[in-house]
Amino acid sequence: MKEQLQKDFDNTVKNLNLSQKDVEIKKFSLDNFLNKGFPNRKEEDWKFSDLNQIIKKNIGELSFYNDYTYTNKVDTSEFVDGLEHNKIVFINGRIEKIDFDYEKKEQIEIIDQSETINKFENNNSLSDLNNALTNKSFKIVIKKSYQLVKPLIIYHTSNSKIWSKNINLRLDFELEEDSSLRLIDLFNDTSEKNFFNIFYDFNLKENAILKNYKVDKQENKNIKYSFNNIEQNKNTISETFILSSGSNFFKSEINCNLKGEHSSAFVNGIFSLDNNKHHEIRTIVNHLTENTKSYQLIKSVLEDSSKAAYQGKIFVNSDAQKTDGYQLSKAILLNKDSEFNAKPELEIYADDVKCSHGSASGSLNEDSIFYLMSRGLNYNQARELLINGFLLDVVEKITDSEIKNLIKNMIGIKE
Amino acid sequence: MENRQKEIDKLKDYKYGFSTDIENTKAPKGLNEDVIKFISNIKKEPQWMLEFRLKAYERFKQLKEPDWQKPKYPNIDYQDLYYYSAPKSMDKKPKSLDELDPKLLETYKKLGIPLQEQARLNGIAVDAVFDSVSVATTFREELIKQGIIFCPISEAIQNHPELVKKYLGSVIPLTDHFFATLNSAVFTDGSFVYIPEGVRCPMELSTYFRINASNTGQFERTLIIADKGSYVSYLEGCTAPMRDENQLHAANVELVALDDAEIKYSTVQNWYPGDKDGKGGIYNFVTKRGLCKGKNSKISWTQVETGSAITWKYPSCILKGDNSVGEFYSIAITNNYQKADTGTKMIHLGKNTKSKIISKGISAGFSDMTYRGLVDISSKASNSNNYTQCDSLLMGNKCGAHTVPYIKNKNSDSNIAHEATTSKISEEQLHYCQQRGLSAEEAVGLIVNGFCKEVLQQLPMEFAVEAQKLVGISLEGSVG
Repeated sequence: MKEQLQKDFDNTVKNLNLSQKDVEIKKFSLDNFLNKGFPNRKEEDWKFSDLNQIIKKNIGELSFYNDYTYTNKVDTSEFVDGLEHNKIVFINGRIEKIDFDYEKKEQIEIIDQSETINKFENNNSLSDLNNALTNKSFKIVIKKSYQLVKPLIIYHTSNSKIWSKNINLRLDFELEEDSSLRLIDLFNDTSEKNFFNIFYDFNLKENAILKNYKVDKQENKNIKYSFNNIEQNKNTISETFILSSGSNFFKSEINCNLKGEHSSAFVNGIFSLDNNKHHEIRTIVNHLTENTKSYQLIKSVLEDSSKAAYQGKIFVNSDAQKTDGYQLSKAILLNKDSEFNAKPELEIYADDVKCSHGSASGSLNEDSIFYLMSRGLNYNQARELLINGFLLDVVEKITDSEIKNLIKNMIGIKE
Repeated sequence: MENRQKEIDKLKDYKYGFSTDIENTKAPKGLNEDVIKFISNIKKEPQWMLEFRLKAYERFKQLKEPDWQKPKYPNIDYQDLYYYSAPKSMDKKPKSLDELDPKLLETYKKLGIPLQEQARLNGIAVDAVFDSVSVATTFREELIKQGIIFCPISEAIQNHPELVKKYLGSVIPLTDHFFATLNSAVFTDGSFVYIPEGVRCPMELSTYFRINASNTGQFERTLIIADKGSYVSYLEGCTAPMRDENQLHAANVELVALDDAEIKYSTVQNWYPGDKDGKGGIYNFVTKRGLCKGKNSKISWTQVETGSAITWKYPSCILKGDNSVGEFYSIAITNNYQKADTGTKMIHLGKNTKSKIISKGISAGFSDMTYRGLVDISSKASNSNNYTQCDSLLMGNKCGAHTVPYIKNKNSDSNIAHEATTSKISEEQLHYCQQRGLSAEEAVGLIVNGFCKEVLQQLPMEFAVEAQKLVGISLEGSVG
C-alpha cells in the first residue's frame, strides 16, 4: 500500500495549486497515516470494527488518486421529488454542483478552501488520510439570523466508473448567530468496493440550530466512514439522525462539544441490516459547561449474519453541573448469526448531574407476535408490524415534519 | 506526647494500620529463576510444581505490563520487591496453635480474627495468611470428617497433588495476563478448598490475608473446587499496615464448580488505602475467575471494596455448563485519592445460562471510580439471559465516576439488559433525615447504606454487619 499511496499522493498534489508550506502540511499528514495505517481492532475505538481487515477482505488494494479533470453529468432524475431543496452534488467524490437557488444569495457565503490547508484534528489515522488527500474543500457560512427557507440535500452519488478507490471528502459549515440549517446527506451508490472517508465540521454560534439527517438506504458494496464534529456555543441545538442500512460497511462518528450553556445535542439512529453488513455508530458527547443536555436513541434490527455496534460516550467535565445526559440502545436480533455489540460509556466528574444509559438486545417478543396472530395477522405481517413500530419510535424523534415524512416514505414505514 | 497523639489520630483513620514487629525469613530481593527456585525449595515442592512456576516465569518475561486501565500508577520495579517473606518462627511449621508465635496470635487478635479454639463459637473456619505463608487453619479436623479439605495450598500441593495438578491453572491459565502469570510464577501461599460430592459445607470457610513486611509483594493463590452437588460459602478479608510506600498485591483466585455445585465467594477488601494525601496504600491487582464447569452449577461473587490505593480487578464467571448461573454483587467505595477500576466479566458459553450483575459505586473526595464489565453471549449459548445494573453515587465535583460496559450478543434467542445511572444524594433526602435528628454524616451513612442494600444483603450475616460499618467509616469526612 505504501508505494501506491506515495505515488497517488504525489499525483494528487501535482494537480493542486499549493504553496510549498501547504504541501509540507499535507505530507506531514500523509506520513502520520503511513505510520499508523488503517485503524484496527487493537485500537479501543475500533474494537468492534476492524477497518483494516474489512478493507483487506472486501476491497483488497486501494488506489488513492482520483482524476477530477473531467466533469460528470448530473442526473437530475436522482433528485428527491416532492420536496423543494438546495443541493450540493458529489459524483464519485467530485463536487459537481452547489446550488442555493431558494435562498438569498448574500446570506450564504461559499468559501473555496481548496488552496488553504485547514487541518482536521482528530486522533485517528483517517483524519490524516483525509487531510493528506482531499483536493477540494468548501466552507459554507450561513449569515447571522438567516434561516434557510428550504433544506439542503447533499447527494453523495457514485457510479461504476470508480472501483477500489479511496475518496476523501471534506466540508465545513459555520452557522452564525441565530441562523439555522437543515441538512440531509443522501447516499446514492451504484459503484462497488470503494472506500469513502468523509469529514464534516460544524461550528454553531449562539442560538444556531443544526439538523443533520444521514440516509444510507441504497444497497451497495461500498465501505464508508463519516465523522461529524459539532462545536456548540450558547443556546445551540444540534439534531443528528442516522439511517444506517445500505452500505456494506458504514461507521458514523458524531462528536459534540457542548461548550455553551443551555446547548443541547440529540443523536438518533437506526440500524436496519441484512446479509453480511457491518455498521457502527460511535458518539461522543462532551458536556463542558453547566446546564447542557444530550439525548441519544439507537435502535437496531439485524437480519442474516449482519452485525451492528454502538459505542456511545457521555463525558461530563467537573464544571458541567446540572448536566442531563441520556443514552438508550436497543437491538432485535432476527437471526442466530446476527450480532450486536454495545459499549455505552459514562465518564463523569461532576456530582450534580442526571446521567443514565440503558442497553438491551434480544429476540422479537414471541408473546407480542402471538397476540397479533390471534387477531388475524399472519406471522410475517405480525413481525413486520412489530419491527415497524420498534423503528418508528426513532423516526418520530425527527423534529422537522417535512423531512420526517420524506424519511418515512424512503424506508417504507407506514403509520 | 505529641507524637503519641498523632499516632492515635492516625489509628483512628485506619484501625488495622499497625504493623507487627517480627523476624522474617525473606527471599533475596528481585525476580529471577533463583528466587523462584528458592520459593519452591523452601516450600519443599515437588518437581512438577517448580516446572509450573518456571514455565510461567518464561512466559512472564515475554509479557508487557498492561496500560489500558483508568487509574495510572508509577512504574513498579519488579526487581526491587521481595517475593517471599515469612515469620521466622514459621520455618518449622508449628503443629498446633499452642506452638504458634504469640506475636502472630496477638496480631490476629487485634484484627479480630479468632484463631484460638474459643473461635468455635463463631462457627467459621479460618485460614490465616501472614505475608507469604499460611500461619494457621482452624477447624480442620471437623471438616475432614465430612471429607472437606481446607488447608494452605502449599500443603495441598504435597498432600493432594492429584487435585492440585488437575485444577491449578485450569481457570486462569499460565499464559493469562501479566499479573496472573507473575502470580503463577511466584505465588507463595493461599487457601485450598475441596468439597466432595454431595456435601454441603457446614460452616463458612474464610481466609484472612495480612500483609505485614514492607517492600513485599503478596502473591497468594486460592483454589476452590466444589464437586458434584456440593455447596460452599467462602469469605475473604484483607488488611495491611500503614506504610508510606505502595505495596503490590497480585493474587489469583480460581473457582471450579462441577455439576449442580454452588460456590459463594464473598470479599471484604480493606487493604490500607493510603493517607489523606494519597501517599502509600496497596495496589490491589487481583485476578479472580470462576468456572461453572458442570451443568446447573452456580458461582456468586460478592465484594465490598473499600480499601487499597488502587483496586483493579474483575471477578469473572465462565458459564460453560448448561443452565449454569453467574452472579456478581459489588460495592466499591473510594475516598480521598483512592482509585478503583473494577467490574466483572460474564462469559456465556452453555445453553440456558443466566447472569446477574449489580454494581454500586460511590466516590468521594478526589477519588476516581470506574465500573468496567463485559457480557458476552456466544452464538451457542441460546436462551441465555443477562441483567446488569450499575449505579454510581458522586459526592463533590472533585471525584469521578465512570461506567464502561462492553456488551456482546451473538445469539438471537438471548436477552441482555443493561442499566446505569449516576446521581448524587439529593438535598431533599439529606434535609429529611436531618430534620428527624440525624447529623449530616449519619444521614449520608444511612442513605448510602440504603443505596448499597441490594449488595449488602448478599453477604453472610457476620460480614454484613462489618461491611455496613465499613461503608460508614470509609466515607467519613466526605460530607460538607
